[in-house]
Amino acid sequence: MSPVEGASPRRKPSRAPRTPMPERDPVARAQDFSEVSLGYSEEQARAEADRCLQCAKPTCIDGCPVNIDIKSFIGRIIEGEYAQGVAVIKERNALPAVCGRVCPQEEQCEASCVLARKGEPVAIGRLERFLGDLDLACDLEERCRPAVGEDSGFRVAVVGSGPAGLACAGELRRYGHAVTVFESLHAPGGVLSYGIPEFRLPKSIVASEIEMLTVMGVTIQTDAVIGATYTLDELLTEQGFDAVFIGNGAGLPLFLGIPGENLNGVYSANEFLTRVNLMRAYEFPRADTPVWRGRKVAVVGGGNVAMDAARTAKRLGAEEVFLVYRRTEAEMPARREEVHHAREEGIEFMMLCSPQEIVGHDGWVTGMVATRMELGEPDESGRRAPVCVVGSEFTIDCDTVIVALGTRANPLLAKATPDLELTRRGYIVADEDGATSKPGVFAGGDIVTGSATVILAMGAGKRAARAIDRWLRDRE
Amino acid sequence: MRSGNAASILFGTPENFSEGRLDMFPIVHKRQLSEAVFEMGVEAPAVARKAKAGQFFMLRVAEGGERIPLTFSDWSAEEGWIRFIFMRVGKTTHQLSHLEAGDALADVVGPLGVPTHTEGLGRVAVVGGGVGAAVAYPVARAMAESGAQVTVILGARNADLIILEDEFRALPLRELIVVTDDGSAGEKGLVTAPLKRLCEAGEIDASMAMGPAIMMKFCAATTREFDVPCTVSLNPIMVDGTGMCGACRVTVGGETKFGCVDGPDFDGHAVDFEELMSRQRVYTDLERESDAEYSKECSCHL
Ligand SMILES: Cc1cc2nc3c(=O)[nH]c(=O)nc-3n(C[C@H](O)[C@H](O)[C@H](O)COP(=O)(O)OP(=O)(O)OC[C@H]3O[C@@H](n4cnc5c(N)ncnc54)[C@H](O)[C@@H]3O)c2cc1C
Ligand SMILES: Cc1cc2nc3c(=O)[nH]c(=O)nc-3n(C[C@H](O)[C@H](O)[C@H](O)COP(=O)(O)OP(=O)(O)OC[C@H]3O[C@@H](n4cnc5c(N)ncnc54)[C@H](O)[C@@H]3O)c2cc1C
Ligand code: SF4
Ligand code: SF4
Ligand code: FES
Repeated sequence: MSPVEGASPRRKPSRAPRTPMPERDPVARAQDFSEVSLGYSEEQARAEADRCLQCAKPTCIDGCPVNIDIKSFIGRIIEGEYAQGVAVIKERNALPAVCGRVCPQEEQCEASCVLARKGEPVAIGRLERFLGDLDLACDLEERCRPAVGEDSGFRVAVVGSGPAGLACAGELRRYGHAVTVFESLHAPGGVLSYGIPEFRLPKSIVASEIEMLTVMGVTIQTDAVIGATYTLDELLTEQGFDAVFIGNGAGLPLFLGIPGENLNGVYSANEFLTRVNLMRAYEFPRADTPVWRGRKVAVVGGGNVAMDAARTAKRLGAEEVFLVYRRTEAEMPARREEVHHAREEGIEFMMLCSPQEIVGHDGWVTGMVATRMELGEPDESGRRAPVCVVGSEFTIDCDTVIVALGTRANPLLAKATPDLELTRRGYIVADEDGATSKPGVFAGGDIVTGSATVILAMGAGKRAARAIDRWLRDRE
Repeated sequence: MRSGNAASILFGTPENFSEGRLDMFPIVHKRQLSEAVFEMGVEAPAVARKAKAGQFFMLRVAEGGERIPLTFSDWSAEEGWIRFIFMRVGKTTHQLSHLEAGDALADVVGPLGVPTHTEGLGRVAVVGGGVGAAVAYPVARAMAESGAQVTVILGARNADLIILEDEFRALPLRELIVVTDDGSAGEKGLVTAPLKRLCEAGEIDASMAMGPAIMMKFCAATTREFDVPCTVSLNPIMVDGTGMCGACRVTVGGETKFGCVDGPDFDGHAVDFEELMSRQRVYTDLERESDAEYSKECSCHL
């Protein structure tokens, strides 16, 4: 469907301040894994939507990596036509309830809203979540179901079921291609399932959004490691696929490379979060996978992953959680909202600290030696580089260390596919449209860009789907 | 594929487990080898097609279950099944021991890890301790098939715990040496005694040890004296088995390696076994709690 025009031009937008997001009390919420932000009520959503100017030139749309027709979906909320609003979003984004929650809106759509200049942009992400949730609350039959194209006769394999793979798969169905998504884990969703915690993104939401893709005819085959169970070439030959999209993410955890890092009680954020989210260790022993519940936990890093790990450790019962970061809060790459939530929940920020060694007793962590840092000259990224203050060593008393330094490309698939061109760091080389050095093989998401965001990965998946469609039809 | 309902894809409960999912992995064979050791065969054609000696797979018994790694002890690409041998040590292997042919596993993922190097070897000693014999069997078979002169040393605490002896006897081995702690079968003593004899006599060019970490450690120490290479198959704790979590990290030659993707085989002379053994104990207390709960539920009083 083509999006309907905005709301009546004669209406007078509300000049009320931004509608706050209802949130659970920090003390209560830090005890469990239920969601922190509760979502707008209908009334709140209407009040917030009413702030939108319905601009003649809606600048917000350019700020969204998948160019959702924001003006139009907000217009539908103003008019109470929610189902139509959902359809407008789904034209561009298959996972609104997910993106409404985890997109860095403040840097994207909301940063480009005309009202941002006065510091109070329309809460676009929250409104998107409102519609997404409303859709998921319906019975499956009544949910917004993007139309599936007429059967093209082509079969496409998608490697990885994270945001890139799912977005690509959904889009390919709309072009009428048969799609099978291969996922190495036992559950689909990628970082949405194993990384981002339940209290920020409930797994039931992820499951329901994926369910719609299966209703659209996407086949999801879990327990299939491409590069091991099947090689990429086998997919293209004996398994009969006409093209492949690779969206296997950047899942290889980085470690500090300092002494003591293999002591018991040292986790990569990936392992810690996977145990808790995917394997549901917070329900242990009802779920079988254990996790070590530290009393004093040091989390190393300053991104979203570090925030998630710190807040998760708190919820597992830690008395103290320290966030140890080399620079200052201003340089932290995490979303402001996450930093704010972490603070509220009692995470202690230790800024300008750099770990030097993890010390232990009997094989277990007892502390972390760190030095104080100062900000020096700006480096090539423009950020001021931290430098060690000589003689400032001190020990942080802790029984658990979680290393959240980020991730790199996992070499498993690439090793089994020697003719796939990689960057020096092991990421897949792909053009704008995702085309790789191997004919019929496309790639997108974190495996091309390095760790980025959910919506950028989805955007890459969709662009690749379009390119795959063109490639298949041209070849005919 | 996992059938339509996405809630079950992500959160399947034991209830929909009992209903039986379309994509489960049916158990086609089960045999008890000793009091706590079982052999199982599972239909998993995609995995069987690719399995190689020394590789492993991850399994989950049911929804909510742990992912555990087990090594292939045998497979048939033509018939589409894999076999493995496991010892009942905690909750997951305990649950597994209660399943029978006709039941099914929730997940089987593989093959994982780098296959054991079995080609072009001269005179080798393959040591299998306890359930390590299961890992040793396909390795010894592949080595013998590619023309190596293979001496197998099978060790266990007592005669009842020696497994796969007949299968090993059926292989074209140079020699099979059985060793037990109490002398109830074969020689009395530890596997390192015959290993040392072979080294001293200059009868082997290389060795490989598979079994408990402590046994591998001593095999490595024994062979080091004689400059005989000793490959070991390590068994660190794993979560995904595909290089994504780092739970399985081991120190080899001063460098951190991931057991699941860089291994499981490593140069035994370079492995930090103390660290490995320490890391294997991280969850011992928690696991005991979990298995105790389960034992209460299933009231089989083991
Ligand atoms: C803890 C954490 C918090 C984050 N928070 C946010 C946030 O708030 N907002 C935001 O926008 N972004 C966030 N991100 C980043 C975001 O999640 C990623 O950028 C995004 O998920 C990348 O999507 P992807 O599809 O490229 O890869 P992934 O989500 O990593 O998915 C890749 C999938 O491929 C599978 N796979 C890998 N190898 C193979 C193989 N060989 N065969 C088959 N399957 C394979 C993996 O198991 C995985 O399921 C966060 C990341 C983490 C780790
Ligand atoms: C590459 C590899 C191959 C293996 N092959 C075999 C095999 O062929 N036969 C066999 O009997 N055993 C094998 N093991 C060991 C087997 O995985 C463990 O015995 C099993 O995970 C125990 O699970 P549990 O829940 O029954 O016991 P638990 O009570 O959970 O644990 C008992 C002990 O098993 C080890 N363990 C627990 N969880 C894991 C895990 N997720 N990964 C690895 N080790 C763990 C720990 O040392 C723990 O202390 C292998 C391990 C690895 C890493
Ligand atoms: S997908 Fe993200 S960037 Fe786009 S409109 Fe929604 S919240 Fe904004
Ligand atoms: S720029 Fe802001 S005010 Fe204008 S249409 Fe977009 S959301 Fe509404
Ligand atoms: S088991 Fe997770 S990286 Fe090896």
